[in-house]
Formats: sequence, C-alpha cells, structure tokens
Amino acid sequence: MSRAGKIARRTFLIGSAAVAGGVAFGIYAYKRTPTNPLLRNLGDGQAALTPYVRLDQSGVTIITPRADVGQGAYSVQAALVAEELDLPWEQIKVDPGPPSAAYYNGKVLAEGLPFAATDNGPLARNARVLGDVGGKFLGLQITGGSSTVPDAYEKLRVAGAVAREVLLLAAARQTGIAKADLRTRNGAVVTPDGRSLSYASLAATAAQIDPPATATLKPESEWRYLGKSMRRIDMVAKCTGTAVFGIDLRMPGMVYATVRTNPRLGGGMKNHDPSAAAASKGVLKIVPITAGVGVIADNTWRAFKAANVIKFDWGPAPYPPTTAAMFETVGTSFVPARQDSRFKNEGNIEAALTGTGVIEAEYKVPYLAHAPLEPMNAVVQLKDGRLDIWTGTQIPMFMMAMAASMTGLRAENIHLHAQMSGGSFGARLEDDYVRQAIELAKAFPGPPIKMTWTREEDMTHDFPRPLAMARMRGAVKDGHVDAYDLSIACPSVTASQLGRQNLSIPGPDVAIVAGAWDQPFKIPNYRVTGYRVPELVPVSSWRSVGASGNGFLHDGFLDELIHAAGADPLKERLRLCWHEPSRKVLEAVGEMSSWGSDPGKDRGRGIAFTLSFGVPAAEVVEVTNTPHGIRIDKVFVAVEVGRVLDPKNFDNQVRGGVIWGLGHAMNAELTHADGIAQQTNYHAFEAMRLYQVPLIEVRALTNTNEVRGIGEPTVPPAAPALANAIFAATGKRIRELPLNKHIDFV
Amino acid sequence: MRLKVNAKTHEVNVEDDMPLLWVLRDELGITGPKYGCGIAMCGACTVHVDGGAVRSCSLRVGDVSGEVTTIEGLGSPEAMHAVQAAWVEHQVAQCGYCQSGQIMAAASLLMVNGEPTDEDIDRTMSANLCRCGTYPRIRAAVKAAAAKLRERRS
Repeated sequence: MSRAGKIARRTFLIGSAAVAGGVAFGIYAYKRTPTNPLLRNLGDGQAALTPYVRLDQSGVTIITPRADVGQGAYSVQAALVAEELDLPWEQIKVDPGPPSAAYYNGKVLAEGLPFAATDNGPLARNARVLGDVGGKFLGLQITGGSSTVPDAYEKLRVAGAVAREVLLLAAARQTGIAKADLRTRNGAVVTPDGRSLSYASLAATAAQIDPPATATLKPESEWRYLGKSMRRIDMVAKCTGTAVFGIDLRMPGMVYATVRTNPRLGGGMKNHDPSAAAASKGVLKIVPITAGVGVIADNTWRAFKAANVIKFDWGPAPYPPTTAAMFETVGTSFVPARQDSRFKNEGNIEAALTGTGVIEAEYKVPYLAHAPLEPMNAVVQLKDGRLDIWTGTQIPMFMMAMAASMTGLRAENIHLHAQMSGGSFGARLEDDYVRQAIELAKAFPGPPIKMTWTREEDMTHDFPRPLAMARMRGAVKDGHVDAYDLSIACPSVTASQLGRQNLSIPGPDVAIVAGAWDQPFKIPNYRVTGYRVPELVPVSSWRSVGASGNGFLHDGFLDELIHAAGADPLKERLRLCWHEPSRKVLEAVGEMSSWGSDPGKDRGRGIAFTLSFGVPAAEVVEVTNTPHGIRIDKVFVAVEVGRVLDPKNFDNQVRGGVIWGLGHAMNAELTHADGIAQQTNYHAFEAMRLYQVPLIEVRALTNTNEVRGIGEPTVPPAAPALANAIFAATGKRIRELPLNKHIDFV
Repeated sequence: MRLKVNAKTHEVNVEDDMPLLWVLRDELGITGPKYGCGIAMCGACTVHVDGGAVRSCSLRVGDVSGEVTTIEGLGSPEAMHAVQAAWVEHQVAQCGYCQSGQIMAAASLLMVNGEPTDEDIDRTMSANLCRCGTYPRIRAAVKAAAAKLRERRS
C-alpha cells in the first residue's frame, strides 16, 4: 500500500493550537463540517455520497467545483473521483455543482504566503497548513493559482473512495452478502457469484447509509486513469460545436443585452443621450447602470448597434491619463515610504556594490489584457423573488455574496449555475460583468437577460496585469555573479482585486515580488525589494500573476550579470542554484537543447529559469536573426511537477503556457491615452499566431513528492528566455516588453 | 428572407445588414459559430458559404448568396468529419471557444488543397486566433486529417 494509502485521522499542530483533521481526510474530518450542499437539492431516490458524488437511478454524477476555463479542470477532477469509484470513463457525467464552502480551496492561499515554495522549514509548513485552514473557514471556492490539482489530488480521490465504500455497504445490505466479499468494477458492485449490481440500482439504499470517515485509497499500481492520457470529457463537444459556453445559452423568453460604461475605469458617467438608440430596431429598454447604460433588445447585435449610437459624456479617469504619466508614478515609487517587502536580503549588498564595476539597469513591463476569446457575458433572471445567474466564474462564493448584497435576497433564493468558459487567464476572477447584468435584471425583471460585452468593451474594461518597473544593480567577481540587488515597483494586484470584494490584505503583497524574491539561487550578496505603486488602473491576476512580469525582470538581469562575468549562462545558473529539483530542470533543458554546441550562423540560444507556483521551470529558446527580423525556431522546456496526472493534457498546457508567454512578450501591451486603453480589439493585441509558433519540446520531471499544477509556471521564463536568445543572436539587450518595440519579428 | 443553413431552409425576418453570425446565433439558435471580435480578426465565427470559409461576423446576411454550413453541419458527435475526428484524436481543444472556427477553416483548406504543405497550413490557419495556444496540435491535426481524406479518396 502506498504511503497515502490508509487515510486516518491526523492532527496538525499550528503554533500551540491543535486543529483536528485536515484536507487529507476530506471534509468529514473537520469538527465543523461544512454542510454537503448536494443534500439541499436532492430529488427522489437521489443520494449525495459525498459533496463530490451524486447518485440516482441514472447513475453517478461527479461534482467538479473548480471552473474549467480550458485547462481541463473538469476532466482531471472527474478522473480523480472516477479512479477510486471504479467508474467507466464513458459513463462519466460532471456537474460544476452549487457554490459552497464545502468546495473550499485549501491550496490557493499558499501563493500569498511570504515563504518560498522551496522552503520546507517548520514556519513555512505551518503557514501552509494555516493557509488550508484559512481557505476552509473563508469558504474560498476559488479556481486559480495552478492550485486545482494540488488541492484536489488527495481530496477527490478520498471522495471517490468514500463513495465506493458506501456503495459496497449498500450492496451488502441489498444482497445480504458480506461487504468483504464484494468488489467494485466498471460502475457496478460485483458479487462472488458474478452478479453485477449497477451503482444506479444501489442509489436508494445508498441514500440511507452514513458515509464512513475512513476509506482506503487504491495503490498507484492499480490506477487506470491517473497518469494516463485520457480523452478529455469535453473534447468531442468542443470539436463538434455542441459544447455550450455561457454565451451560447438559450432560454424561452430570453432577451439580449449589452452595456457601455466609462472606458476611463472608475470615471463615472456625467451625461448621456440615448434618444437615437431608443428608436433603434429591436430595442426594448435602455437602462442606466453604474458608470454607464445597458441596452436590452431582442437580439445581441441589435443591442450592440443601438449602444453604438448613444452619446456619452464620460467623467475623467481617476488615474494619470497616459502610459507615460503612469510610468512616471511607477518610477517615483522606489522610495522608502512605498517599500512593501524585502523578503530576500543576503550577504551585504551595500558593501558589495560600492566602488567601480557596479552594473546597473532599468527594466519595464506593460499592462496586459486577459482577452479570452469568449467576451465576458452572463445570463441573469430576476423573477418572483428568485435570482438565477448563469455564467463562467472562478469565484462563485464571492459572486453569491455580491448578488445577495445587490438584491437583498437570501442566499437560498440565489442560484448560480456555473458555465464552461471560453478562456479566462484570470479574467473570470472578477465579477464586474455579472454586477452589470444584475443591474439590468433589477431594471427589467422577469425574462432571462443575456448580457454580452462587445470585444471593444472587453478590451477597454479589462482589469489588466499591472505594469511594473525594476531597477537593478549588480557586480561580478572572479568570473562569477557576486551581487544582485533587485528593486521592483508595481501596483498591488492582490489589494486591487480583494478590494473589489471589500477585503483587504494585511502586510506586504507577495505578488509584487513573486517569481523574483523566491528564486532558488545562492548569490553571495542578494537582495530583492518590492515597492508598492499606488493603484493606477485597477489591476487583476493574469496567467501566472506576479511572476508573469517578474520572471523577465529577475532572470533578464541575472543573464546580464552572467554575461558580464564572462560565465556560461547555463553553467552559472547551475552553480548558483542550490535547489536540487531546480538544478535538474536546468540540466534537462541543457541536454535537450544541446547547450554549448554551435547554434549556427545568425542564430542564438537563450536560457531562463523561474520557479513559480512551486514549479521550477527552465526554458531554452533558439532564434535566428533573419534579414527581416527575429524568427523563433525552437523552444525546450523542462518542469518539475511531482506527478503528471494526464500526459497529453499536461503537454498541451505546457505548450500553451510557452506560447502565451512568448506571444505577449513579442508584441502585446495595453497602453493608455486620455485614460482609455488604446488596444480595442485583436488587430492591436495579437500575441502569437500559428505561423510564428516554434517547435516546442517538453520534458516533465517528477523527482519530488509535491503534486503541482501546470497552467501557469511555464509562462514566466518564456519572455526572458526569448530576450536572452535575442541578445545571444544579435548582441542587443532588450530591457522592455513587448520586445517588438525594439526589434522586429518575422 | 430565406437562408439555407446545414441543408435546412429557414425564413428569417431581419434587416439586411445584420451579420450572418447573429442571425445564426440569436435568430436560429445555431451557436457553434462564436462571437470573438466582430471585425474578422479572430476567425471564431468561421462558417462555409458554398464550401468556402467566410467570417460570419463581418458578412451581412443580405449578401449571403449561397448555402451556409456551420460546424454543426460539418459533422456530429456520432458522425464526425475527418477534420473533427483528427481534432479529437490530437486532443486539440483547451477552452475550445476558437475551435469551431479553426475546424471550419481547416475543412475549407482541405477541400481545395488535399496535400497542404507546412507553409499552406501556416498561411491559412494563421487567420484564426487561439488564445490558449493550441497551435502545435492544430498543425498536427490538419496534417492527420489531410492524410485521412487522401486515404479515403484513393
């Protein structure tokens, strides 16, 4: 039996307080167990074996509370439960379930802790346990931070095992055969004489049985799904146009709407003239909402068209109106009064950086929009004291609280139906679009209203990844990097985002320095300081959050120091790296890319490394400097994830992350003029298109026991690996993203 | 006006300048074609008119002169078109929102070019945006579908 095979009650010690139970146990072990939300809405003959397994005469439905925004969350959650439950893959049905504290995420808070993922000291470990407990008591049902797999890995297998136990007990009761003589196989309990009792046929009996508190997990050697490439359960639907996204919902009596609000975010509306729109064909009602208006019509395009002819007088932006002015604010934030953190301070940086030979640089990264291909939308219906919301969301519990406060309705009269999302990249960690839809529903109660943002509304109202600047100083000695002083000034994503949920963060925002302060390098004199820039444009989490920009800032200048020392970029990173799993990924990309061999004429190779979300990721990019610009030829990427639950989906996520990171580094930014984002559609915000995609070779390492998520960690090292490769091929060091401000790409 | 979509004729009562996309989605309930940009930059709305790929978000319904095929008409979950089958085989989709358009673009390419080179694939398929970055799998799936279709013809 594997180490985690037998799940037993356990006690975590946190400081002097003992907290009984733990996530490993599933929710049953907690003294104050969150109610199983499925019990509330059970129909006749239905049983909720755990919060994750609903059973009725038609079979098993697996509850997959983490949002699927394209990363395959529904499939991987289902696989974890189905593995233990012995459910045939073809029979898997999933339902995102109701919002509930029972579906809290115990791992998502870990990224906000001021402990590096490589820190396994007692303080760091206790903090992570506290993060889990905090996640529980806050009822944080959140999808994000590459935490779905780490959070679910044991929890959902236990849920499946507990459900299997209940089914065995039910079969024993129904047949009179001792439970020990019964087995489960392919969605049925099998008796010693070969009779097969389908799970569906056991539903009524199972409903009478209290789930046990313990269950034995299968040994890994018996896994049929985990570790194997399974057909994603949404794949056929997504390839035949039969998948239903939130934007595709249709209901009897439905009306269609869009909104226009001030593109100077937070600026408010002074005046508007809707007369032309009111006369526009198909318009049912024009509704003032916060900072703008909504147009309700009988067709989405008619709503768009009418909204286009409304004349607005918008208020001014509550932030500097231009990108240049905003960067000025960032540039003046490197002052003691705005110091937010200094989590890394080793050696004597001031002493090491006196005298001659100090190398200095300044780096910049821009705002970036999420721009998922499905623009923000929601269907909302307010009728007879009941509110229904259909939308894709990563924050269902926050959304419920928001809806209650907006409508005054009690939670039991608010029903949130989670939908499949056409991408997110963090966009669906916000709820502004649903607030607007609820405002429309309050003004137009009765029918379901489908509110859809135009692409232009989406681009100009996104809460982007923040802009940031870094100032670096460093020194080399005897052919090695001797001192690295990194200062990063950036607005706080966490404060901005939580502020919109009326929450605040005490103390520093780790996101400002994530992917920089926590890198597993031992440099004799090494300091990382975060400065919190006052909020400019409201900002939000964007795929890989703080590390998305900080990977470029930290590793870009590290590469400069290594070149200044005359050292080899791979060998020096290896020499500086003390963390064995991280060294292994560096060695792996070195081997994959034949590092050290001649790349050929006009070609260059760059390496970069970022550890984020607990995952060490190293990438080597190979480019050619053609007469027309830079061509990216190949990328080699190695990551340490502890365990790969689905190789094909893993590979797709890794490549997607690399393409995301490279594409935005090449050509994407959100700039502002007159307080308004200037990139209003994909013609001006493109990232990578197919013809630019290089060959990407992927290697997963599994040298640790830490199971990690892979949606984000390959993003941060992509930009610096590309910039470092361009330097190698051209001698040109680019210190600002996007790179195409300084060099062309073919 | 009359509109033939997926071999079925519909009578629609809309203004001429409504884009085909919104007639399909909001009037006829055919939601496979997606709204992504509204300006023919992303390709999520791609459908066929008389076999040729068009951006339905930027085509006035009054200008539609032929028979429209959407992803729903290309194949079904029970009887997938070779391109759809290749997409499933290669697990192309992540969020899947762009894939209706990608598949329609690929199917149209293979109708006129049964043996596309890498350059042909890059040129045609670069007009369709995928934010998730499924591009390497799209390339592989187009090639696999082309091979399958050639095999069937021979």
